[in-house]
Amino acid sequence: MSFIHLIGFGLKVGHLLLMLCYSFLTVISLNSFINDSQMKPNKSRKIWVKFLEIFSSKTSKIHHYYQYIGSAKFRKTWWRKLLILWIAFGTILALWIFWYLRSEALEKRKETLANMCDERARMLQDQFNVSMNHVQAMSILISTFHHGKNPSAIDQETFAKYTERTAFERPLTSGVAYAVRVLDSEREQFEKQQGWTIKKMTPVNKDKYNPEELEPSPVQPEYAPVIFAQDTVAHVISLDMLTGKEDRENVLRARALGKGVLTAPLALIKSNRLGVILTFAVYKRDLPPNATPEERIEATDGYLGGVFDIESLVEKLLQQLASKQTIYVNVFDTTNISNPISMYGIDVLDTGLQHISPLNFGDPSRKHEMRCRFKQKQPWQILAISASFGIFVITLLVGHIFHATVNRITKVEDDYKKMLDLKKRAEEADVAKSEFLANVSHEIRTPMTGVLGMLDTLMDTNLDVTQQDHVRIAQASGKALVSLINAVLDKAKIESGTIELEAVRFNLWEILDDVLSLFSGKSQKKEIELAAYISAKVPETLIGDPGRFRQIITNLVGNSMKFTKKGHIFVTVHLLEEVMKSIDAEPEPSSNDTLSGLPVADRNRSWEGFRPAGQIVCPPESITLIISVEDTGVGIPLDAQPRIFTPYMQVGPSIYHGGTGIGLSISKYLVNLMNGEIGFDSVPQIGSTFTFTAVFSNPKEQQINGQSMSEFCNMQAVVVDPRPIRAEVSRCHIQQLGMHVEIVSSLTSMLTMLTNGSQTVHFVLIEEEVWDQDLSNSVEFSYKLRNLNQEISPKLFLLSNSISNGPHQNNKPTVITKPLRISMLAASLQRAMGDNKSNSSNGEVPKLSLSKLLIGRKILVVDDNNVNLLVAAGALKKYGADVVCADNGRKAIALLKPPHLFDACFMDIQMPEMDGFEATKKIREIEHSVNFRIKNGSLSLQDYADISNWHVPILAMTADVIQATHERCLRSGMDGYVSKPFEANQLYQEVSRFFL
Amino acid sequence: MASVPQLQRQLIEYTASLYDEKYLDDQFLQLQKLQDESNPEFVVEVVSLFFEDSEKLLNNLATALQQKSVDYKQVDSHVHQFKGSSSSIGAQRVTNVCVHFRNYCEEKNLDGCLQCLQQVKHEYILVRNKLEALFRLEQQILQAGGSIPMME
Repeated sequence: MSFIHLIGFGLKVGHLLLMLCYSFLTVISLNSFINDSQMKPNKSRKIWVKFLEIFSSKTSKIHHYYQYIGSAKFRKTWWRKLLILWIAFGTILALWIFWYLRSEALEKRKETLANMCDERARMLQDQFNVSMNHVQAMSILISTFHHGKNPSAIDQETFAKYTERTAFERPLTSGVAYAVRVLDSEREQFEKQQGWTIKKMTPVNKDKYNPEELEPSPVQPEYAPVIFAQDTVAHVISLDMLTGKEDRENVLRARALGKGVLTAPLALIKSNRLGVILTFAVYKRDLPPNATPEERIEATDGYLGGVFDIESLVEKLLQQLASKQTIYVNVFDTTNISNPISMYGIDVLDTGLQHISPLNFGDPSRKHEMRCRFKQKQPWQILAISASFGIFVITLLVGHIFHATVNRITKVEDDYKKMLDLKKRAEEADVAKSEFLANVSHEIRTPMTGVLGMLDTLMDTNLDVTQQDHVRIAQASGKALVSLINAVLDKAKIESGTIELEAVRFNLWEILDDVLSLFSGKSQKKEIELAAYISAKVPETLIGDPGRFRQIITNLVGNSMKFTKKGHIFVTVHLLEEVMKSIDAEPEPSSNDTLSGLPVADRNRSWEGFRPAGQIVCPPESITLIISVEDTGVGIPLDAQPRIFTPYMQVGPSIYHGGTGIGLSISKYLVNLMNGEIGFDSVPQIGSTFTFTAVFSNPKEQQINGQSMSEFCNMQAVVVDPRPIRAEVSRCHIQQLGMHVEIVSSLTSMLTMLTNGSQTVHFVLIEEEVWDQDLSNSVEFSYKLRNLNQEISPKLFLLSNSISNGPHQNNKPTVITKPLRISMLAASLQRAMGDNKSNSSNGEVPKLSLSKLLIGRKILVVDDNNVNLLVAAGALKKYGADVVCADNGRKAIALLKPPHLFDACFMDIQMPEMDGFEATKKIREIEHSVNFRIKNGSLSLQDYADISNWHVPILAMTADVIQATHERCLRSGMDGYVSKPFEANQLYQEVSRFFL
Repeated sequence: MASVPQLQRQLIEYTASLYDEKYLDDQFLQLQKLQDESNPEFVVEVVSLFFEDSEKLLNNLATALQQKSVDYKQVDSHVHQFKGSSSSIGAQRVTNVCVHFRNYCEEKNLDGCLQCLQQVKHEYILVRNKLEALFRLEQQILQAGGSIPMME
């Protein structure tokens, strides 16, 4: 039972330990799970976390608790103490369990030994009693048949036979003998009757034993010669029992007591083995139980003795019990307690445990006991050792886990602190970087505006078509550069989330023309076919943010341009519904039916991830465009594809391609702002297709491209191109000019069409490829074309990708270099038609130079430095302005009160008493209050020249052109700043903002 | 009396040397460009205003720096003024010294300031002499009936 209890206890302890381990693990894993799940929300993980949360609600409380415990150092020592305590507890527990189990086992062993010993003792005693009873019975037999009958019914022979046959009844006796009481007076007669003399008992060796040699018994008052004996002890016949010391004592005691008495263990005659002799007295008559010893002695007839060979007997007994091997059994006669006589058993080394069982052989004067010992020493306590060792190991393990946990927590905390520090530093660095970028960008933007302004002026001078185109390209490139710089600024804005979209009316064609113009130089140099196609269903003008829209397309085309060496880049614009319908309707276009004939990435797959059209919720007047930019470049490596929209991510080292790597991430952000999506499909070595959607509003009335329309309206053009897509691109451009377009696939069919057709054809546009294919045929064609019998012979154009025209040909028609753009196409056609209308219309009065801007303007210059004042005034006067000077802020405020007399004010920033910022703030305050009161009606509008919103342009004059100053200028209500001393360009730029 | 072309050549060489030795910079050229028929005395006007201002400022600076507790803010504003006016007429060596001067002001380094004051005085007198010489030459040309050649 106790063992089961122990197991139960062990299980409980184990469970407790497990729970402890579990809670520690939970603390760790919960942390890591939470961290993980923040980064990567995963369904199964979330379930795990919930599970853990439920299970460890208590643990987490502890977890929270220890977060509040003082410093890490304190906690560490605390943990250490706990750890030591825990290990000490575990060790004590293990020792205790060992001791407990061991004592249990010992107890059990003791019990077993006692059981065994008692059992043996009892059996021995029982058998002895049985033997004794039988011996007693025999005494009755002798009394009855020997003494009771005359002549005796028993002689030696009968006795021997009888005893022999009843020996099984007396298992412990090795033999019985009967000695008769013979008084000295009767000796002679007795000896005569028996035929032998009574002999004296002398201990002799077994070998030498010869009864004949024994001396006759000396004369004594009485004798007890043995007359009957069992065969085993036949040698004792005729021996006088009273002559043996032990026997005499025994005989005397037996007849006095009337009970069986035992001798002390003695060496038996002849066999010389250790034995005891049991003696019973045989009386002449039945004696009452309370007879006195004297009466008994007087009535004694003889003595019956049984020899008990203890050694062999015990052995027999143990053999019967068959477990002799496990224990040693010793039997002692302890009548004399100080000197017990060993009756059986060998002296063995003390094996520790001993059990003593008392033996009662029916003789009260003699005491016997049985001592039992285990043969083997107590075996090793495997269970106790292993259990306690196990507990110790578990303790150590738990301690280790505990220690590791604490260490880990400390480490994680340290790391966390380190990370925080690093994060802080990284953020600081990032802020510094952003500031630096913003500053640099701003500084670049300033001169760029000058460049762009000058290009603008250049545009207005009288330029021929090529020059105009060049200027346009320069301008577009400049704008692109500015937009690139803006991109860097945008990035900062995106990071702070302050970017906003405009909503203005813009012309889609112009945007695409701009983008194509920007890249036309590159595409011509690389001989890449660059084209844009706008579906006829897309309205020409839209409302949205043209700048951002252009930014996206420019970015995508720019990327394509970087990575494309041959083939084409193709921008297509469709309505989303149109595309969604066509996906189902149209079969996959054959792979060679592309702009350049090279295979491309599957466009449809690039918008696979987009929301279905129906799900996009937009106002009814909105239009969703889907724009694809397809190229035949190197494509994006598969491993880089998932990261493509990550900021600053570039495929391969940027030195190959340049760029900042933020374009796509900005584009993605902008597309999202336009409620659109962006996606791509890319096959390495084949090309990439980027597709995005954008939502615009549809203006109610469409603007009509009046000029081009009117000029080419209803004219007829024919495009000769065997490739349907390319022809379609050409057609859409020409159609945009208001012309009717036909497409034919070869020169021959063109000719047949011309000869058969009734309508007049004004322009024939032939792909250079077709022209170069068969030059003789082409020459013949142009000849035929010229001699056609028509009012106006059609004008011939070649559409070419590159500027280099190859071998010079006399008959080669005018070349239009692709990419096709409306403005350029119109200009080329106009030039071919020979009218210079376009030139005259473009050749307006050139835009105003600085002096035109400033002439007659009334300007207030404020500067505390007289020299500066004079110089500034002089400069402005030079441009024809009417200048008034003021040498401090107060005067300026006094002069600048609505209604303003001045068109603008240039103000120094750093002035004593009141600086430029403060003065401007004051002026703006006054303006505000006036404006407010006009609106209120408390001031009449007439007094203020019918202007309800007064705002005089104030420009700061400063020598420091750093960003901070600029921003401060704007904050103080200034409209801009010019550097001091004046620079014509910058001055122009700033002034033009107000006076144009 | 030297002939007009000789004087003109002399003027051109002299002006060129002024630019080469960095007494003057482009701003002076700009200034000269601003002078036209409607404002024939513009350069002289500006430059004499500069001299007038400068002398006042130099005096102010000298007294400000002799004070027991120097008001660096005031010194700085004087130097700023000086820097502004000198850069307006293109006296770049003066301007450069002013930049150093302001740095010392910021550091409140009295020794540096005093040293700079000496330097700026020196540079100012140099440029004044040079400009006065230039104007004298121009006057001579005008008196001789020639026109002042424009530097490119």
